[in-house]
Amino acid sequence: MKLNISISPHIRSRRTTTTVMLDVIIALLPSVIVGVWVFGARAFAITMLSVTSCVASEYIYEKILKKPITVGDLSAVVTGLILAVNLYSTAPWWLPVLGGAFAIIVVKMLYGGIGQNFMNPALAARCFLLLSFTRIMTDYPKIDGVSSATPLTLIKQDPTATVPLSDLLLGTHSGTIGETSAIAILIGAIYLCARGIIKPREPLSVILSTGVFVTLFSLVQGRPVTLDFLLVHMLGGGMLLGAVFMASDYATTPVTPWGQVIFGCCVGFITALIRCVGGGVEGMSYAILISNLLTPFIEKLTTPRPFGTSPQKKEGAK
Amino acid sequence: MKENTPIERLYNGILKENPTFVLMLGMCPTLAVTTSAINGVGMGLSTCAVLMMSNLIISLLRKFIPDRVRMPAYIVVVASFVTIVEMLMQAYVRSVYTALGLYIPLIVVNCIILGRAESYASKNKPLASFFDGLGMGLGFTLALTIIGAVRELLGAGEIFGFRVMPESFEPVSIMVMAPGAFFVLSILCALQNKFKAPSATNHGDKFCEGNCASCMDKTCHIMERSEDK
Repeated sequence: MKLNISISPHIRSRRTTTTVMLDVIIALLPSVIVGVWVFGARAFAITMLSVTSCVASEYIYEKILKKPITVGDLSAVVTGLILAVNLYSTAPWWLPVLGGAFAIIVVKMLYGGIGQNFMNPALAARCFLLLSFTRIMTDYPKIDGVSSATPLTLIKQDPTATVPLSDLLLGTHSGTIGETSAIAILIGAIYLCARGIIKPREPLSVILSTGVFVTLFSLVQGRPVTLDFLLVHMLGGGMLLGAVFMASDYATTPVTPWGQVIFGCCVGFITALIRCVGGGVEGMSYAILISNLLTPFIEKLTTPRPFGTSPQKKEGAK
Repeated sequence: MKENTPIERLYNGILKENPTFVLMLGMCPTLAVTTSAINGVGMGLSTCAVLMMSNLIISLLRKFIPDRVRMPAYIVVVASFVTIVEMLMQAYVRSVYTALGLYIPLIVVNCIILGRAESYASKNKPLASFFDGLGMGLGFTLALTIIGAVRELLGAGEIFGFRVMPESFEPVSIMVMAPGAFFVLSILCALQNKFKAPSATNHGDKFCEGNCASCMDKTCHIMERSEDK
């Protein structure tokens, strides 16, 4: 008989890491399917390579270091999928392979495996690839044989440019494999919220604060803010994808409710800063990574005080 | 090995107490200038020259320098040699001089040099101090060259400017940026520990003498291993 020794509360739940990860995979599927539909079979190949690379890296690492094999919890599959939806379908075959290995080995396993990493492995890998292979990573794919810039690039060059709303919703515009279709991401988001995997406040605080700060920065710079402009910022880049799947990661974002809202606002602020004031076109991944680093401080600020205790005294104060 | 002999000092500096991989001193130039192997060699050798001479002079002067003003006195000695090295480099190896830039004058405050002056040269005889400086300097050069070579190989596909990777190799340019320095340094340190290089910090499992009850090291796996058996 196996006895489980743990501290209270002893709440029983069928939910395990595997079921949570399976839910995230199901939620990501609509985006991947739309990506394959828009960008063709190459997008599927990139996704498969990325997932395979992540799972294989984790297995090989644990095999070499004689640690328990944890690929069964599917977290590596999720990392691989998130990395894949962040890549362009024009990427060469070795890009997702290298990215997956970096995400799992350097960002996740070296820090102790699942739940121990301090930043999102998939996003860290994306930024690693972006810094290393800038030319390849910014080579956006052609849609229907026509090379078109991503919506964010369009409005960066010309703030008055517009992209049809149907394109933004369906995803028939240039972009990374998973970011283009707002509807597919929203289906995933609603599924995750309904299953209780993520709380709606996490993505909402990211999206709303980005909108507020983009408006603010644009007004300060004396640029017109139209509804089209805001819509492209909301739906045209990696904003939705990041808000739903990456700013809600359990290991790297705060656990306290208010902490999650502050985290979302941090992400929104940095994204808007990079997109409007900085030179970058897309700022979502850097914003989430920087906010990941702030997570311990946000948690410390928002830790609830147990009833009946006095506020903690500062250590070392005399 | 007999203490304080020239050979022992060289062995100590290059392997046992390698300033970069074991003592973790002089991290600033280690991380900043090792973008290529030749920069690593240049930085290492210039530091080595300063280190040998300053160790020698400080050891010779160790009985005359009053204890209270020893730090300023060391810095005066070190700064003189750094100035000489800087002028020589500017005259004869102009390209390395330009590549290293500000990091040559900064050798003055390199903690390897002040560390060796304080902990070794001020207490030991001139010959041993000279070889201590030489050993430490060579250890530093070796470490910087290895780090520089790995970063250059991955970040540009070259070693010492010679193309070694096939044409199809896409340079991983992050390796010649700041993060690459941390990646390479940490992985080389980990390998050095893994393969139990004969350094001062590698005593394997024995270093705690099995005193697990009073040990605070949560990363240690000796307890788990003995339970497995």
